[in-house]
Amino acid sequence: MGYANRILRVNLTTGTCQAEPLNEKWAQLYLGSRGLASRYLVAEVDPKVDPLSPENKLIFATGPLTGTIASTGGRYTVVTKGPLTGAIACSNSGGFFGAELKFAGWDMIIFEGRAEKPVYLYVEDDQAELRDASELWGKSVWETEEWIKAKHQDPLIRVSSIGRAGENQVLFSCIVNDLHRAAGRSGVGAVMGSKHLKAVAVRGTKGVKVKDLKRFLEATNAAKQVLAINPVTSQGLPKYGTQVLMNVINEVGALPTRNMREVQFEGADAISGEAMHRPRPSDGKPQLVTNAACFGCTIACGRISKIDKNHFTVKNSPKYWGASGGLEYEAAWALGADTGVDDLEALQYANLLCNEQGMDPISFGSTVAAVMELYERGVLTAEQIGFPAPFGSAEALTKLAELTANGEGFGRDVGLGSKRLCEKYGHPELSMTVKGQEFPAYDPRGIQGMGLAYATSNRGACHLRGYTVASEILGIPEKTDPLTTEGKPELVKAFQDATGAFDSAGICVFTSFAWTVADIAPQLNAAIPGEWTPERLLEVGERVWNLERWFNTRAGFSAKDDTLPKRLLEEPASTGPAKGMVNRLGEMLPKYYEVRGWTADGVPKPETLARLGVDV
Amino acid sequence: MWKVLAIDPVKCTGCLQCEMACSIENYGVIATSKSRIKVFNFEHEGRKVPYTCTQCAEAWCLHACPVDAIRLDQGTGAKVVDEGTCVGCKVCTIACPFGTINYVQETGKVQKCDLCGGDPACAAACPTGAITYVEADWAGLNKMQQWAAKTAAAVLA
Ligand code: SF4
Ligand code: SF4
Repeated sequence: MGYANRILRVNLTTGTCQAEPLNEKWAQLYLGSRGLASRYLVAEVDPKVDPLSPENKLIFATGPLTGTIASTGGRYTVVTKGPLTGAIACSNSGGFFGAELKFAGWDMIIFEGRAEKPVYLYVEDDQAELRDASELWGKSVWETEEWIKAKHQDPLIRVSSIGRAGENQVLFSCIVNDLHRAAGRSGVGAVMGSKHLKAVAVRGTKGVKVKDLKRFLEATNAAKQVLAINPVTSQGLPKYGTQVLMNVINEVGALPTRNMREVQFEGADAISGEAMHRPRPSDGKPQLVTNAACFGCTIACGRISKIDKNHFTVKNSPKYWGASGGLEYEAAWALGADTGVDDLEALQYANLLCNEQGMDPISFGSTVAAVMELYERGVLTAEQIGFPAPFGSAEALTKLAELTANGEGFGRDVGLGSKRLCEKYGHPELSMTVKGQEFPAYDPRGIQGMGLAYATSNRGACHLRGYTVASEILGIPEKTDPLTTEGKPELVKAFQDATGAFDSAGICVFTSFAWTVADIAPQLNAAIPGEWTPERLLEVGERVWNLERWFNTRAGFSAKDDTLPKRLLEEPASTGPAKGMVNRLGEMLPKYYEVRGWTADGVPKPETLARLGVDV
Repeated sequence: MWKVLAIDPVKCTGCLQCEMACSIENYGVIATSKSRIKVFNFEHEGRKVPYTCTQCAEAWCLHACPVDAIRLDQGTGAKVVDEGTCVGCKVCTIACPFGTINYVQETGKVQKCDLCGGDPACAAACPTGAITYVEADWAGLNKMQQWAAKTAAAVLA
């Protein structure tokens, strides 16, 4: 009920697929998706393994609400040890693949070992088998999807796959499903590539049953109503997508610009959600074609756009002329503001390449920003890169996207990510990363709480682990001052715990603009066994957080890694409301450890783990 | 008075709430594969198009059925499959020009949209108004009104 109660274990070394019952005890403790998959990973993978070795495992997990009629109930999570960070990686994706996996009767797939030759997994309800993918190796995500559907003569198959970036083990490569939805961060695509697993193709016809259908429909309808009357989820996101934020964040002086040297971008409006609606001078059409929903989503924040055919990047490449995904805020920021490029079409082209070959546009854009700063300082030359790469160069950005996606030339260095690249060229201080992962689009000098959220995120710098922007900027659920540190440790903890619950339920975290855990509880109560209260859900979130932290501690991370680049701690913001300010992490971190029940060194105390029932 | 499903693809986001509602209504399970309404995603044009039976007045399926298993529901105008009578010969699926009546392996019968007895679940579930249930003779009323507004604006300008 809610769950399929069955997981699929695929051993790539021996080529076997086996069904196992779901661990129901763990499901009651960790719910599903992010939480439950993390529990399996912690049980089965030594935190010290090399992420790209056969000893690492790769888990695709749905949540109890995945594949149900609950709004946004289409999500799945990929959990593994991440090669970009060396920490636990946990990347969530929408689209339609997750629901299809549940429809086929599986809560989760655990991949272990490494196939000798490229393979893909084909799942049709109860049947699961590995198939030869030698013909697919070297193909893009888009070609792979098309090839598999044609091969099986079934247009209704849903596919999740890696492109050339994952094959080449680009350290920020992602896993892409439904052409442009991605488990994006921490390099989960490289793990899939290291296992020689090209794709997972699923067709599910069994469907999902819930505990009490009538009650479930009542609960899901009530929750949908909450989304339908909230201005963010009913107007802002459908109209502008996440891009609704570009101008807002620029105005509050928290839009990281040119490798986070500045906090406001003069070209913000040109790359904003509003700009995507404006007719282009060249062809009189706006870039945006329509919005689009993931499975079951009544918000529909997705952007479907058409690039300008006359743009220099695609003039001679008709394959990019059709409608496709993008731009989302994070991609537009990383490819745009952070590199100083204000050419909306160039950003969409780089974004298309990221989707096509499976790269995280945040980490890619941010790494390019570091390259540009190294170039401007004369550390990297045009000879080394192959062309000049100053900030603001759309040519350099798009050329680097091509090289990185295809593993050619200087693109191989970019594929290392910002941390390793900056170390290689002798300037580690220019890498804008936490635990090796590149920052997203909120400058923590202008939003103090986000500094703490980044520093303590279990998967490295990330906005989706504790989005205090909601409170500090948007006033959700209540407004706090973005420029003070007071109360932020408690705020960050509250957001981190709630997010853990949202992520583990199988729904989209964007619902949290309107929902709290109190809106999720009734839906779960009608869908799965157990009594679910808001308090219990927050406890699940806290449990997941501590479990992830436990893994990272064992992997070798400690308090010294809970920090930010010097630039954000020492170089004050030069403009905007946060002018003159740095992030005051030091004022928040000790208190944060205290409210978490961790030692002064950031290690979860035994009594904290015991209180939460983290049974490791 | 009969009503029909009016479909406006421009409003559709492709969320599949309608497909799930359909499978719940007819099979008590959430399974888009069992839905009688299908949403097609034309990725490269960015168009999502819901499609289902339009309840033809002179229904090909009804006329083709050798055992008269497809009947007119006088109350709603829907052409409804009587499962007790259907022998699963699939002749109707050949006769229907639109592909909206299909065989179901599990039951050995065919299935098609029956307007849920006059309260279609898909229309109720659609969050965007892409599917509405409107008076059969005035399915175009909304569009007419929109064009009328444009015309008025032009005339009065
Ligand atoms: S809000 Fe956006 S990302 Fe989330 S499920 Fe809906 S369309 Fe997908
Ligand atoms: S419920 Fe409405 S918006 Fe969603 S797929 Fe169906 S017709 Fe489109």
